Amino acid sequence: MPEFILRAYIGGIGVALIAGLLGSFVVWRRMAYFSEALAHSTLLGVPLGLWLGLNLNLSALLVCLLLAVLVILIERERGRIPLDTIFGLVAHGTLAIGLLVLSFMEGVRADLMHYLFGDILAVSMSDLAFVFVGGVCLTAALWRMWRPLLLITVDEELARVEGVAVERHRWAFMLMIALVIAVGMKIVGALLMTALLIVPAAAARHIAATPERMAALAALIGCVSVVGGISGSMWWDTPSGPSIVAVALGAFLLVWLSNRLRSTRRARGGTFALRRQA
Amino acid sequence: MIERRLLVNVDQVVTTIESRRVLDGVSMRVYAGEIVALIGPNGAGKTTLLRAVLGLQSFEAGSIGLARGLRIGYVPQRFTIDPSLPMTTRRFLMLTPNAKASRMDDAVSAVGATQLLDRPLQRLSGGETQRILFARALMRDTELLVLDEPAQGVDQQGQLELHELLAETRDRTGCGVLMVSHDLHLLMPFADYVVCLNGHVCCAGTPREVEAHHGYQSLFMPQIGTIHTPAAAPSEIAVDA
Repeated sequence: MPEFILRAYIGGIGVALIAGLLGSFVVWRRMAYFSEALAHSTLLGVPLGLWLGLNLNLSALLVCLLLAVLVILIERERGRIPLDTIFGLVAHGTLAIGLLVLSFMEGVRADLMHYLFGDILAVSMSDLAFVFVGGVCLTAALWRMWRPLLLITVDEELARVEGVAVERHRWAFMLMIALVIAVGMKIVGALLMTALLIVPAAAARHIAATPERMAALAALIGCVSVVGGISGSMWWDTPSGPSIVAVALGAFLLVWLSNRLRSTRRARGGTFALRRQA
Repeated sequence: MIERRLLVNVDQVVTTIESRRVLDGVSMRVYAGEIVALIGPNGAGKTTLLRAVLGLQSFEAGSIGLARGLRIGYVPQRFTIDPSLPMTTRRFLMLTPNAKASRMDDAVSAVGATQLLDRPLQRLSGGETQRILFARALMRDTELLVLDEPAQGVDQQGQLELHELLAETRDRTGCGVLMVSHDLHLLMPFADYVVCLNGHVCCAGTPREVEAHHGYQSLFMPQIGTIHTPAAAPSEIAVDA
């Protein structure tokens, strides 16, 4: 196997693992739009990075973190505009401006697709290092914060009364999302990064009875999607992001459908039993 | 008499929510081993006062002092969790800080909810959810139990059981209890102290004292006079109308 393919697999699996864990929280806390807004904003990081001569991962992370802080601050002061509108505003505003700025940059123009949809062929050793460091930091942070974060997710006021530092954990979690998006952007692309967060988690919801199992299953489904997607992407020469997301969507439909069938069968069995009794 | 430990000291608290003065110079205290109930008509500020004590509601004037390191167990009025979060009752109880399985078993059997342990939290009824939240408070060695209308959505028998459980817990652990209620008659045998609230403290004392007080009567008597509920069968309408 050529080395660049190995790099793609390793990087993709790394992103999928951490995206599964964090993505479950994104689903539980209904923050899909928030992560969408941040993911789209990474496109602004590309011209910024090129302009400042920074590493593109780093500049994407920078913009992501900056926007996360901005969105949290807006969220507090929102007044009359509903939250999902604000997220939409940020998501599409940054996407539009990012695309505009990119269109002015001659050299980048051709690579636009790669930023939007991911580019596995371009996963470098420094990208891998970025995924690795980011992944380790995120896993460690999540490990430490798991219980309080879960309690906040269950009920914020109950958590507050029980002495959990709610504000601090909320901030930390939003910054963690920013980090995972910046890490995954190179592989899945800015447009589809949110899908890697929420689709495996949504699939796992049908087959998990506890939050821990759902997070673990989401990570697993994410890995399967990444491996399947990257393989398909190389076989048919398709962009990696859409391929990965398509496999994840397939996994979701499969789980959902089998779950549906099982529950209707159970329901039918129930009526039979009733009739026999009568 | 032995000096009881002061758990909560509310002093002249004033709160305005959306330019309406909800609490206007309210003072009250809760001691360890004491069941204190807040009653009053809708919009009287009962829940607001409770939330202020819990640190969930800010206030403009006055002060609220809590005993140092006070461990509070909170049973909110409504408790719903997102359907996307898979959570069994057992897992939820084990989320309690320093949870131990043996303590969970004790707490759950104390509230008579052992059969609920493996059910998803979302499938519990209002009364069942309350029992679980109660069990959670027991697991934490709670020094102050705070309950917001624990009798709501529970049938008469359930209400009685809940109050008995409260009194029993107080006797066993010596914790203080602060609760919002809507029915003075239901509280009669259980509460040590009742605060009748209507923006300000109308009157306060033992349930019997409050019942006889003209402040309470002027708030509730018009309704009670027309409906006239006997003490054994209290009606919600009597207070909430």
